[in-house]
Amino acid sequence: MKLTLRVWRQRDAAAPGAMSTYDVDGISADMSFLEMLDTLNEALILRGEDPVAFDHDCREGICGACSLVINGDAHGPERTTTCQLHMRSFRDGDTIDIEPWRAAAFPVVKDLVVDRSAFDRVIQSGGYISAPTGSAPEAHATPVPKADADSAFEHAECIGCGACVAACPNGSAMLFTSAKINHLNVLPQGSPERETRVLDMVAQMDAEGFGGCTLTGECATACPKGIPLPSITAMNREWLRARRKVKG
Amino acid sequence: MAVSGLFMLGYLVAHVAGNLKVFFGPEEFNAYGHWLRVMGAPVLHHEWALWLVRIVLLAAVGAHAVSAYQLSRRDVKARPTAYVHRRKRASYATRTMRWGGIILALFIVWHILDLTTGTVHPGGFEEGKPYQNVVDTFSTWYGNVIYIVAMLAVGLHVRHGFWSAAQTLGVGNARRERLLRVLANTLALVLTAGFVSVPVAVMTGVVS
Amino acid sequence: MTFSEYATGEPITDIKAPAGPVAERWDTRRFEAKLVNPANRRKHRIIVVGTGLAGGSAGATLAEQGYQVVQFCFQDSPRRAHSIAAQGGINAAKNYRNDGDSVHRLFYDTVKGGDFRARESNVHRLAQISVEIIDQCVAQGVPFAREYGGLLDTRSFGGVQVSRTFYARGQTGQQLLLGAYQALSRQIAAGNVEMHARTEMLDLLVVDGRARGIVARDLITGEISTHYADAVVLASGGYGNVFYLSTNAMNSNATAVWRAHRRGAYFANPCFTQIHPTCIPRTGDHQSKLTLMSESLRNDGRIWVPKAKGDTRPAAEIPEDERDYYLERIYPSFGNLVPRDIASRAAKNVCDEGRGVGPGGQGVYLDFADAIRRMGRGAVEERYGNLFDMYARITAENPYEVPMRIYPAVHYTMGGLWVDYDLQTTVPGLFAIGEANFSDHGANRLGASALMQGLADGYFVLPATINDYLARHPHAEPVTDEHPAVRDVLAETEDRLNLLLAVDGDRTPDSFHRELGELMWEFCGMARTETGLRKALARIPQIREEFWRRVKVPGTGEEFNQSLEKANRIVDYLELAELMCLDALHRAESCGGHFREESQTPDGEAARRDEEFAYVAAWEFRGSGGLPPGEHGTAPGTSPVLHKEDLTFESVHPTQRSYA
Repeated sequence: MKLTLRVWRQRDAAAPGAMSTYDVDGISADMSFLEMLDTLNEALILRGEDPVAFDHDCREGICGACSLVINGDAHGPERTTTCQLHMRSFRDGDTIDIEPWRAAAFPVVKDLVVDRSAFDRVIQSGGYISAPTGSAPEAHATPVPKADADSAFEHAECIGCGACVAACPNGSAMLFTSAKINHLNVLPQGSPERETRVLDMVAQMDAEGFGGCTLTGECATACPKGIPLPSITAMNREWLRARRKVKG
Repeated sequence: MAVSGLFMLGYLVAHVAGNLKVFFGPEEFNAYGHWLRVMGAPVLHHEWALWLVRIVLLAAVGAHAVSAYQLSRRDVKARPTAYVHRRKRASYATRTMRWGGIILALFIVWHILDLTTGTVHPGGFEEGKPYQNVVDTFSTWYGNVIYIVAMLAVGLHVRHGFWSAAQTLGVGNARRERLLRVLANTLALVLTAGFVSVPVAVMTGVVS
Repeated sequence: MTFSEYATGEPITDIKAPAGPVAERWDTRRFEAKLVNPANRRKHRIIVVGTGLAGGSAGATLAEQGYQVVQFCFQDSPRRAHSIAAQGGINAAKNYRNDGDSVHRLFYDTVKGGDFRARESNVHRLAQISVEIIDQCVAQGVPFAREYGGLLDTRSFGGVQVSRTFYARGQTGQQLLLGAYQALSRQIAAGNVEMHARTEMLDLLVVDGRARGIVARDLITGEISTHYADAVVLASGGYGNVFYLSTNAMNSNATAVWRAHRRGAYFANPCFTQIHPTCIPRTGDHQSKLTLMSESLRNDGRIWVPKAKGDTRPAAEIPEDERDYYLERIYPSFGNLVPRDIASRAAKNVCDEGRGVGPGGQGVYLDFADAIRRMGRGAVEERYGNLFDMYARITAENPYEVPMRIYPAVHYTMGGLWVDYDLQTTVPGLFAIGEANFSDHGANRLGASALMQGLADGYFVLPATINDYLARHPHAEPVTDEHPAVRDVLAETEDRLNLLLAVDGDRTPDSFHRELGELMWEFCGMARTETGLRKALARIPQIREEFWRRVKVPGTGEEFNQSLEKANRIVDYLELAELMCLDALHRAESCGGHFREESQTPDGEAARRDEEFAYVAAWEFRGSGGLPPGEHGTAPGTSPVLHKEDLTFESVHPTQRSYA
């Protein structure tokens, strides 16, 4: 396949960015999207040009590092991570636009690489259960209903890639934050910190400069792990409940 | 946004119910208009109840507008650089909340000047004769256009707004999802159809 | 370097494991270890490199104890360490099934599974601690699979006869890692951990004979900085990426351990690598990594190749009697469920015979047609649906219709930095945990044991043993950048990066990595011979020489430069690869994942030679092959020195494995 790529190039956080056009040839349909970019980069290096910087690591859809907006879609046309997208989703002769996640809370580091440390700070503000090593009771001391365990797991599947923020027209991080809150708040182990967790995490999320939620649903559509939109509703419920309890 | 929106939505439901009285003729409609003013009597003084409703509504509109402004500002700030490759995917109702809201705000101003104060009313505005006033307004082409466009905007706004409010207040869940969607669509449809039926009736001569 | 070119040094006799019955050694060691007064812990700084299961759990636990932790990861967030990709599960001797499991049985299975090349003391401790790990993770909110009664579910895994593997669907590693990450996040927020993400360790600072810090590079700005501490913990993972293609993450690398090795830490059993049998075959030269599919697929899938060589008909057109279900044929009692190393080697053999399937003939069929007939498509879908989807996404083939194609791939490295019972390397004050050390898996790791070891080391072992070291060295002299030892290392680091940028040749870093990987896969992969290893040992220095002459690294060192990161890691692979081959050459026996064709039984199985090789091979660096500053790195240097640590088996008697 022969493709035309229009790629966002930006030297560093302070520099202005722009789209640059590259032609790539000899692309196999079996290549992953990132392998296609590898091919471009190999050619750029040999031509003495700066290769395109992009985040990637496990290339099996679980680490959450890869983060490209492809033709306006976070992670591209399939509902998966960029690394699991293959070139057979495109046709010979296509022009493909590749951009970074765009959000004030995710400043560009270089080209397609952004800084997602805001997510880490949201977790640090309460996305954990305080259980110092050695203090744990026997694992079977507290049975957890299977439905709750399954629900916790489904929310815990979030890989922290940030596609939700990238896809949201408002750059909101509600889906990410709600995934962690729903994971922990549904478990009996998480209940002692239930109120402070949701209040602190939402406050931190706001402080990071993410946009507000207008329930467009774009986040859940883009999420490669299928975190559902009602997670946000459940977090709102938790937040209102916590406000009542803490104030009351 | 959710709470103020729901207040206004409640008002709209009452409003459309009242509007439909127009189909029972001028006497009943004008009597209804009169009742609005003596509502709560004899406990309450003339128009007190109406003013109470107006104050609550005004507060709701104010709160709704202020939150909308703040939310919009925050959202625009959160995405300082736009995507070069743009795509539209969310439903039309969702995407038009902001502009729809502005259209509705402008409409409300016109609507009050037209049928409450009579300032911009076509023909002779007569206090206490709402039936005739309505017929006058909808006998002009622009009156119909403004009104019908605004009512379509109401439908769209309510469609996403009601469902969103439910999510914001945390009443939605996976099981209720369908119910809420149906309720939102029904409300939007009933309100729009109810409101639009009046100018259509005037245009077709059913109400004159 | 040739076979004769290594020296044998003093054997290692003291590993700090207490004497006495194996089941009591950990208690004894903990009792004998000196403690640090809680009030004094705040005065100690500990550097932890890596935030995977081992590093994340260690950082969190040390911080909870009151130490000042300074932690590093090259990823943009500590949550992305490669432990996250582990699928299967984590073993623990809970015996919740009442199926005869016990600490002793887990201990026994692990020693046997490691083909009697692991230390009994360490493995027993691992089995003991396994129980506490599950408690700890559940308390953190790790959403393990549960049964309808609300209790934890387990499954059997990796050919053992008890059901002791706890799991969270196919994402156990992710869930355990997030547990550790969240615990670490709590300590970061509390100010007890100073976290440096996107910062890569480039060298170790050894001052007055003790590990006192590291040199690191900020990957965003390119700034090189020094960080000092009272002890350094390496939790930087394995070195499977020496092979270029592996199931490791793209950026997993050996730089931290290799630099530590160059600074005096012995490297143990570098040739012990695990090749996993059920990976998706490569599709072409563009392949950048390989994807593993859980070996649970072998429970219901049947593995076969055509009987005839070069049979290129589609699978469906090959009649039953022209198919060779070779595992069922050769190992009638275990069939498709033989251990990983055996299944991998058998696949290689049939492909070498020219009977492989798919592009390039590098694949065998894993066929679910029988399973679908027997259980129905729905049951297969329920059990393996997510794996089938993953396969379909990558290959664009529907595994319900046509058989899957699989091929072995490098997955895990049992070798690593040599550590004593306290997990301390031969450099005082330098500890290695998780896959970075060599300690618990011998020559072959059992399924669901890597997660167990990483968390055992990080949550429980290291936090108990590092106290002893710190208590014995309470007042470390402060070190500054002006110290001559630091100045030298800093200069070397900067020289190395500048040199890489200065070559400005005509080949990309990746092209060298790929070439090295192919060589290693060919000669130091699933089956090794003296001739092949000698070829590799002759070739590696040539690649290295060419690398330093022809590599092209664009950009500068003072910016975000992924090519420079990559090239710098390849420098270390090019040296480590040589030691792996040397180790594989010197170990003229077959054991676990290390198969020497010269040492096999008449039926082609691995033949261990306990009389000669029941030892850990710990290699001491003396300046082999790499890059002497100022030269373009071909000088052979001094040969490495082999130190043997004899293995004795008191509780588990060594036997030849048999799966026929």
